[in-house]
Amino acid sequence: MNVEALSTYGYIAASILFISGLKMLSSPRTARRGNLLSAVGMLFAVVVTLAHHGLAYQWILMGAILGAAIGAVASYIVPMTNMPQMVAVFNGFGGLASLLVGWATYHMDRDVSRFTATATWLTVLIGGVTFSGSLVAYLKLSERFISGRPVRFRNQQWVNGLLLVVTLALGAAYIWAPASAPAYTALLAVIALSLVLGVLSVIPIGGADMPVIISLLNSYSGMAAAAAGFVIRNNVLIVAGALVGASGIILTAIMCKAMNRSLSNVLFSGFGAAGAAQGSEVKGEAHPISPEDAYLILEAARSVVIVPGYGMAVAQAQHAACELGEKLTRNGCEVKYAIHPVAGRMPGHMNVLLAEANVPYEQLAEPQDVNPLMSTVDVAMVIGANDVVNPAAREDPKSPIYGMPIINVDHARTVFVLKRSLAAGFAGVDNPLFFYPNTRMLFGDAKATLQALVAEFKAAAAA
Amino acid sequence: MDAMGLLFFVFVLAVFLGIELISRVPSQLHTPLMSGSNAISGITIVGALVAAGTAHGSPLATVLGTVAVAAAMINVVGGYLVTDRMLAMFRKKDEGKK
Repeated sequence: MNVEALSTYGYIAASILFISGLKMLSSPRTARRGNLLSAVGMLFAVVVTLAHHGLAYQWILMGAILGAAIGAVASYIVPMTNMPQMVAVFNGFGGLASLLVGWATYHMDRDVSRFTATATWLTVLIGGVTFSGSLVAYLKLSERFISGRPVRFRNQQWVNGLLLVVTLALGAAYIWAPASAPAYTALLAVIALSLVLGVLSVIPIGGADMPVIISLLNSYSGMAAAAAGFVIRNNVLIVAGALVGASGIILTAIMCKAMNRSLSNVLFSGFGAAGAAQGSEVKGEAHPISPEDAYLILEAARSVVIVPGYGMAVAQAQHAACELGEKLTRNGCEVKYAIHPVAGRMPGHMNVLLAEANVPYEQLAEPQDVNPLMSTVDVAMVIGANDVVNPAAREDPKSPIYGMPIINVDHARTVFVLKRSLAAGFAGVDNPLFFYPNTRMLFGDAKATLQALVAEFKAAAAA
Repeated sequence: MDAMGLLFFVFVLAVFLGIELISRVPSQLHTPLMSGSNAISGITIVGALVAAGTAHGSPLATVLGTVAVAAAMINVVGGYLVTDRMLAMFRKKDEGKK
């Protein structure tokens, strides 16, 4: 068997490992092995490539060692609460790699067919948007340099539209005669414009919409890899890239559905931009409560539903929340954690945090499980969630989040809201829940509040 | 079918396979799924290796390729390790139940 055939079989093996790995990711029992399998597939693909092409290794080694070291250290030190940022960064580097592969491959051989040229154009365009878009998402999520709120300017959509048209025109010019000198300039311009487009398309997205954008960027990075596969005519890139592209699209669709919005609405509406998103004005008086009084109610409660949100991640309060959950359970109370699909900043964000804190799996519930029983719940405890429990989504047709499925905590006998202040959520929408007669506000740092409640339980047990 | 048509054929099939595979993932595992699939998108490293290691390539291509290898490695190594870290927590909890 010759080398050519061997490498083909190697790539097929890698593809099979990716597919089985992804399949195993769909059950908690097999997920970790699935991830390992997929990593072995990647190792396979790399080894086959190195063996087949008779390459010079010194530059490869340098880049590989540097990248592996950065990736390993970053993945080791990142706290679970910062997982959305981390995934955004890794994703961005994948996009950058595809962009550079498209560029370098074209640089080495400019005499390419129009089909290959189209693939190169798509690779650098999608790769560039993925890279700069992911970096902006990272900066927004970590609130560094860029506010987490939507950033908008006048005629933004016109500017984006114009940029896209120019990118298409340059692409057409490039594809028409890829071997010519002007074509090279056109491709470089496409690269520059793709980076600008990535920034401009993510910057108007508000924090509450981040789960959608992260999913979409994830899909882009896969598509960029698949496009690069067409450039270098390699099936393993096409298969792996298409798998990732499809998975990202599905997650995007699930996130949109959980917010009852279309993708174009998320991308273009500037949800929560200043002045744009005002529902009916909310007035009233909030009723604060002290942890001591809250303890008395919790101590008597027979059922408690805990609703975590992004604020729990910010306050690093997942361990304290779990500890309170344990105290309540020991006190004979039935505890459920109700997790809204878009709570937090990426799909499944809350599940990761609660898993880190060792919350028992059977206590996790989805909105459709807890909502029908909500009127029998003694206490609904909202920890740093806001929009996903906002009754305006159900009752106020003027509210920008009207129609979004929420967790109906207001139907519980008592609602505790752990919150720093009365400020609106990341969507910039006022929340009438805070002024309901059955709502009690526990102001302050969520972690400190939860620890105070746990201390009350401990004191009572010792007495 | 010509070579390009075959590549496209593979692409379309893989997209449908991906949709079938992923639509059954429970919401609890969405984050690991995302970071795990994200690591797979680092497969572009195959192209990066070729670009960085082709000896007759120009200096610019070598530089671009080397940076591409580094970027793809960050994506691959970071992505797989961080996914493993998360899934270890899920499993720990599962075993505790038994």
